[in-house]
Amino acid sequence: MIRDTAPRRKVSAVAGLLAVAALTLAGCGAGTDAAGASSAASESSSQTVGASSEAPSGTESSGVAGQASGAADGLSGSLTVFAAASLKATFDRLRTTYVEQHPDVDFPEISYDGSSTLVEQIRQGAPADVFASADEKNMDKIKDLVTDRVDFATNTLQIAVAPGNPKGIASLADLARDGVVTVICAAQVPCGAASHKALDAAGVTLEPASEEENVNAVLTKVASGDADAGLVYATDVNSSGGEVEGVDFPQAAEAVNTYPIAVLSDSRNQAAARAFVELVTGDAGQQVLAAVGFGKP
Amino acid sequence: MPRWLYGPAVVGLAFLTLPVVALIARADWASVPTAITSPAAVAALTLSVKCGLAAVAVCLVLGVPLALLLARHDTIVTRVIRALVTLPLVMPPLVGGIALLYLLGRRGLAGQYLDLWFGITIPFSTAAVVIAESFVAMPFLVIAVEGALRTAGTSYETVAATLGASRWTVFRRVTLPLVLPGLASGTVLCLARALGEFGATALFAGNSAGVTRTMPLLIYTSFNGGGADQDAAIALSLLLVAVAIVFLLLIRGWRPETRQ
Repeated sequence: MIRDTAPRRKVSAVAGLLAVAALTLAGCGAGTDAAGASSAASESSSQTVGASSEAPSGTESSGVAGQASGAADGLSGSLTVFAAASLKATFDRLRTTYVEQHPDVDFPEISYDGSSTLVEQIRQGAPADVFASADEKNMDKIKDLVTDRVDFATNTLQIAVAPGNPKGIASLADLARDGVVTVICAAQVPCGAASHKALDAAGVTLEPASEEENVNAVLTKVASGDADAGLVYATDVNSSGGEVEGVDFPQAAEAVNTYPIAVLSDSRNQAAARAFVELVTGDAGQQVLAAVGFGKP
Repeated sequence: MPRWLYGPAVVGLAFLTLPVVALIARADWASVPTAITSPAAVAALTLSVKCGLAAVAVCLVLGVPLALLLARHDTIVTRVIRALVTLPLVMPPLVGGIALLYLLGRRGLAGQYLDLWFGITIPFSTAAVVIAESFVAMPFLVIAVEGALRTAGTSYETVAATLGASRWTVFRRVTLPLVLPGLASGTVLCLARALGEFGATALFAGNSAGVTRTMPLLIYTSFNGGGADQDAAIALSLLLVAVAIVFLLLIRGWRPETRQ
């Protein structure tokens, strides 16, 4: 048929097209962020699979090592935690503490992502034991899938500006000034919802240069100097290592974000999951959270 | 073809099409018309199509000469150039976006002078979207056209030249018609890539309704919202798929299948 009659040139053009198509697959970002999210999803789920398949051996070792060290409190098996991206610094430290306290629990790296992405992954069956959300709205979306829900921290907004505040930004109204490039989070993500609440409270109408998909993107734009100001969480300013400076504003009190944490009802390790929630809500956890600027719920 | 190869071929087809089927199955059809005719969707689609076409134009104007350069010279230098040209293919588009920001951002390598001398800032503008899309899409065009040029060879060009045609005439009347199929497939890939571009655009151009919020950005923004917004995201995805198919068919129709 075609292959018999078509000249070689055409065949090779098709072959070339195929080769390029293959490259598209390899380098393609189309889904990029989606891909980022989904690869994170597959990563985390594969981690979990790995973890749960190792669970039996973990249990075995708990019998031996636990008795030997005397630190055994009956907790073993594996523990998978999904947490909002803004919790990374604090939850990584708390994970270390947890592993020290419960050496028999297999606790792989925590999966951090935007709360809405994590909620979607949990809905689609990603096997998590604990979920910590950056806002109540996202936790509400899966309220029938969780138990033992408790608020453990709050976060307030700050205006992030370049070090030294060269544009002299002192209030939300300054963000709407001519010649000030402001970026905020998109209204759909928690930091954006909070930003709009604060702007409404201040009666400021803002035409942001960009509505970013997450708070880190806002921080990046301010840190790189492409934006003069951005609305981010106080904890983000704190963890930026001096790349940006924070400006407080009174309306932030109108838009305080509350962080809930909960155990997934489907968790196969409820005891270990509850122990982690207790660590976060207990004194040790609250100290770690306060150190980077989180407030008490 | 050997019979048994039909097996993997069918699996491959299923692998590529089933996700789209799932998307269609998940769509809330009652809400689709409202979602795809909302002002936000129309603005994003218009912007996507405009920027996509502009990016393709940029790629054609700059990419075809680049392909010619690569196809007609074979030295160490051109081999290095080829590797450089394909770099955006292997780079995650997010990295491309960061790189563009460092070059053309307000404090970027070149961007600071654009700002200082001309008062031009590129991030957060529609131009930034076109730049980001061209950056990720051009390699597809260059590779496709270069392949076609190499396959076509230089014999016809040589003959034309000996008959007294000028270099420009040879390019216009011999070279270009010969590589038209390759040029067409390259353009298709280039446009498809530009329409779907997300990572580099999100980082370099930002996300501002009507200015830089193309369809993929609107889809991602909507998807983050959950609930009704997610239904809208799915409807918008289907719309983008439909638009891409229309473009593919248009270009296929234009492609001179029978020329050879």
